[in-house]
Parts: sequence; C-alpha cells; structure tokens
Amino acid sequence: MSEELVFRYDVNGDDFTSAGQASVQVKRNLRQLGLDSDTIRRVSIAMYEGEINMVIHAGGGVAEVRVSEDCITIVLTDKGPGIKDIEKAMQEGYSTAPDEIRSLGFGAGMGLPNMKRHTDSIEIDSVLGVGTTITMKVNLG
Amino acid sequence: MKIKTMQELLDAKILCCEENVEKHVYSACGCDLMSDVLAYVKDQAVLLTGLVNTQVIRTAVMMDMLCIVFVRSKAPTEEMLKLARDTGIVIMTTEKRLYEACGLLYSNGLVGNKAKS
Ligand SMILES: Nc1ncnc2c1ncn2[C@@H]1O[C@H](COP(=O)(O)OP(=O)(O)OP(=O)(O)O)[C@@H](O)[C@H]1O
Ligand SMILES: [Mg+2]
Repeated sequence: MSEELVFRYDVNGDDFTSAGQASVQVKRNLRQLGLDSDTIRRVSIAMYEGEINMVIHAGGGVAEVRVSEDCITIVLTDKGPGIKDIEKAMQEGYSTAPDEIRSLGFGAGMGLPNMKRHTDSIEIDSVLGVGTTITMKVNLG
Repeated sequence: MKIKTMQELLDAKILCCEENVEKHVYSACGCDLMSDVLAYVKDQAVLLTGLVNTQVIRTAVMMDMLCIVFVRSKAPTEEMLKLARDTGIVIMTTEKRLYEACGLLYSNGLVGNKAKS
C-alpha cells in the first residue's frame, strides 16, 4: 500500500442513536484491508470513544481516518465548546456529561484516558468557543 | 462454554445469529455502563447487560464480542438486531436479573476478567 487511504465521515450531533456509526464503518473497512485484529480493535475503540465524545460534548463533527504504510491516523474535528482544562479531562473519572447521558451508559470520564491507552500518540488541540481537534496515531507493523 | 450452553443455563431466547451458538466463549462481563466496558474489558466475549440501546451493540462490535445477553426480559429493537447480524453477534434475552444471570454462568465455569491490562 503505497498510496494513503482516507476515510471521511460526518458525525451527526443531533442523534445519539447514530453515534458510533462512523467507527463501525471504519472497522469494517480496516478488516477488508486485512489488518491484524489487535490493531483494528485499538483503532476502533479509540475512534468510537472520540466519536461518542463529539456527539455528547460537541454537537457532532467530522471524523477522518488515514491509513498509510506505517500508521493509522484518526483525526476528529468539531466546532463544539472546546475543552477548558485538557489535563483534567485526561484524568480517569473526570466528566461533565449530564445525567441523561449516564443513563445511556456513558459519562464515566473514561473516554479520553482510554483513547490514550489504545493509541501510540494523542494530540488535543482545543480552543474554548471554537472547537476541538483530536489527532491519534496507531503504528503499524 | 458454548453459547448454546449459556442459553440453556439462562433459559434465554435467541433473537439473532442462531447459527453461531456452537461457538465457544471463555469469559464474560456484566455491566450497564458502556464507558467501563470500553475501558476495562479485555478479551471478554460476552456482555450481559440491562441497558438497551444501539450503543450497546456498537460497543460489543468495537470489542470483538461474540454474544450479548439482555437481562430482565429486555428486548432490543429491529435496528439493533440488524447491527448485530452484520457482525454475527448472537443476541439473547433472559428473564433473569443481571446478578443472577452472571452468577449462573460463573458458577458453571464461565469466569470473568482474568487478564489485567
Ligand atoms: N470533543 C469534545 N468537546 C468538548 N469537550 C469534550 C470533548 N471531548 C471530551 N470533552 C470533555 O472532557 C471530559 C472527559 O471526556 P471523557 O471522554 O474522558 O469522559 P466522558 O465522555 O465524560 O465519559 P465517558 O467517555 O466515560 O463516557 C468530558 O466530560 C468533556 O467535559
Ligand atoms: Mg467520552
């Protein structure tokens, strides 16, 4: 694979029911590329957490996944409220999710730490009132 | 333990992917919080839960799980079943409560999380 492959999805922020659709599609695509299941699972979990975050906290956004020879890059971009204190947000258990999100099975403050755990690098660019871009990389081979 | 054996122990009804009930599973987890499933579960093939929404199915897809058991007679929607069919995940529903369902499987040899990340 010398050419870089790019998958791009609009993540709808109005509908919690559809949250995670892009991640399911990416997982399917990566399987078709014949990548090993451990790598696929790491990418899937990290992207799914990020996609759910975009829906819950930022009103949706855009997810882009690039597959190159040596790594998979996941870029999640939203125009949400931004993250005030990134260091705090990276701590397990820190969450600003409202109770109704908790009753849907999320909002434990585990997502960002989990994204970090499953990827080789994570970069968070966030500006209050403007939005957040999260870039994660998973190395191949 | 075979998925079919789980069904018998739980007196459960299979709702989709019956063709996969001969598959073996080696550990399970019981949880209503998908955040925790995503963060703590490692190689568990079965999810027992009382939460019913599409994110439960997608979480199981992301984690490569083979089977979801809905407790307290909870019934998934057709949309959820379709998602499960796409990846071959067996879905069943039992009248038992979460605690009892987990206990039955555990005491019959299907243990929980041995691997620690
Ligand atoms: N894209 C985003 N835009 C704005 N705020 C965000 C975004 N992603 C995360 N946050 C903030 O960071 C906090 C921690 O995120 P994290 O994913 O770790 O936990 P959570 O989403 O609240 O719960 P969980 O992931 O366990 O369901 C969130 O509660 C929210 O305040
Ligand atoms: Mg989250």
